[in-house]
Amino acid sequence: MVKYIEKAGIPAVHICAITNISETVGANRIVPAVAIPHPTGNPELSKEEEYILRKNLIKKALEALETDINGQTLFKGVRV
Amino acid sequence: MKIIYYINQFFGNIGGEEAANQPPVIKEGAVGPAGGLENMLEGKGEVVATIICGDSYFAENQSEAKDKILKEISKYKADIFVAGPAFNAGRYGIACGSICQAVQEKLKIPALTAMYPENPGVDPYRKEVYILKTGDSAASMRKALPKMAEFIPRLLSDEEIGFPEEEGYIPQGRRVNIFSDKSGAVRAVDMLMKKMKGEEFDTELPMPVFTHVEPVPGIILDEATIAVITTGGIVPWGNPDSLKASNADRFLIYNIEDIDDLKEGEYQTVHGGYDPVYANEDPDRILPLDVLKELESEKVFNKLYNEYFVTVGNTTAVSNARKFGEDIAERLLNDGVDGVILTST
Repeated sequence: MVKYIEKAGIPAVHICAITNISETVGANRIVPAVAIPHPTGNPELSKEEEYILRKNLIKKALEALETDINGQTLFKGVRV
Repeated sequence: MKIIYYINQFFGNIGGEEAANQPPVIKEGAVGPAGGLENMLEGKGEVVATIICGDSYFAENQSEAKDKILKEISKYKADIFVAGPAFNAGRYGIACGSICQAVQEKLKIPALTAMYPENPGVDPYRKEVYILKTGDSAASMRKALPKMAEFIPRLLSDEEIGFPEEEGYIPQGRRVNIFSDKSGAVRAVDMLMKKMKGEEFDTELPMPVFTHVEPVPGIILDEATIAVITTGGIVPWGNPDSLKASNADRFLIYNIEDIDDLKEGEYQTVHGGYDPVYANEDPDRILPLDVLKELESEKVFNKLYNEYFVTVGNTTAVSNARKFGEDIAERLLNDGVDGVILTST
């Protein structure tokens, strides 16, 4: 889905846990998620810490959208 | 053996496109390619009747056409039903597949058809109906008919039909267990050793090939409208629109204009492929609405699109996923969305 949205001209970023599947299928902008059952959350953290983590992940996703890229790019760096 | 044969208006010599609305007629004996097939059977089989039906008639009146045809056929006590070959003619291929499936189901006799592998009639019917492979045009009729003549007695006998590659039919998607003299682990390592040495090897499972798209340039965030999508199956509590837990056949759209947070008990996941506990406790863990709303209010980006899109990524067909992507993109382009965040589980 990400790929065909991008093909239509809208940059799309994929937040997912199994990034190599996303890479194989062909997404261009990928942000590693926390885990399969909670990509943008972490139940081990307190509510406040989890919120901060989620916000950081989405900020990273937005960063991916504003970055010019040459090919498939993983946007890492958020501590999950 | 007694054969009933189905052909379209063209092969039935009624006419071309202008005759495509011909309702089904039944003629005694063999007409058109049915005659050729009968000759090839060399006395072993007889085409007792041929049904001729217009391709458009069948396509536009599928149940009536099937009912009429089944009624006519049941008078004959045939042993087998044959349709086509349809080559790459789409309506004809669909008609052949459809009528073969109906005959097998309702009359309990085997059916056989033949068409080009890319014919749209293949996918919906190949699992239940043997579809022999043909070339893409009637120019290959001379090769197609002998294949059919050879296959027919085999279908009627007690002989096991072998694998598609050997027998010439389109793979039906069946998995058949066979014994090997080597365990899977040994076969896998043998394959790996060959691959590492640069030697040829035969894969036991061909991998699909995915195309890549050119990356779109980055956007200016503070002017941008961002939309959020998830394949994690987040829907309003109770799943009011019955999104399926796997094999998604559609995506849904929900308005998020007036909510700032997805709360336990108000939203839930229906995705059948991951542990739902964490998502149901806090659906923002899948669809991060809370932080998106906050980032919007902080003007990190200009606007959050007022709806979210959801489907379930569990065993979704690639062809469906593509369609969803294209349909969603069309809507987003119309509505001036500049960037998309898609979360998956």
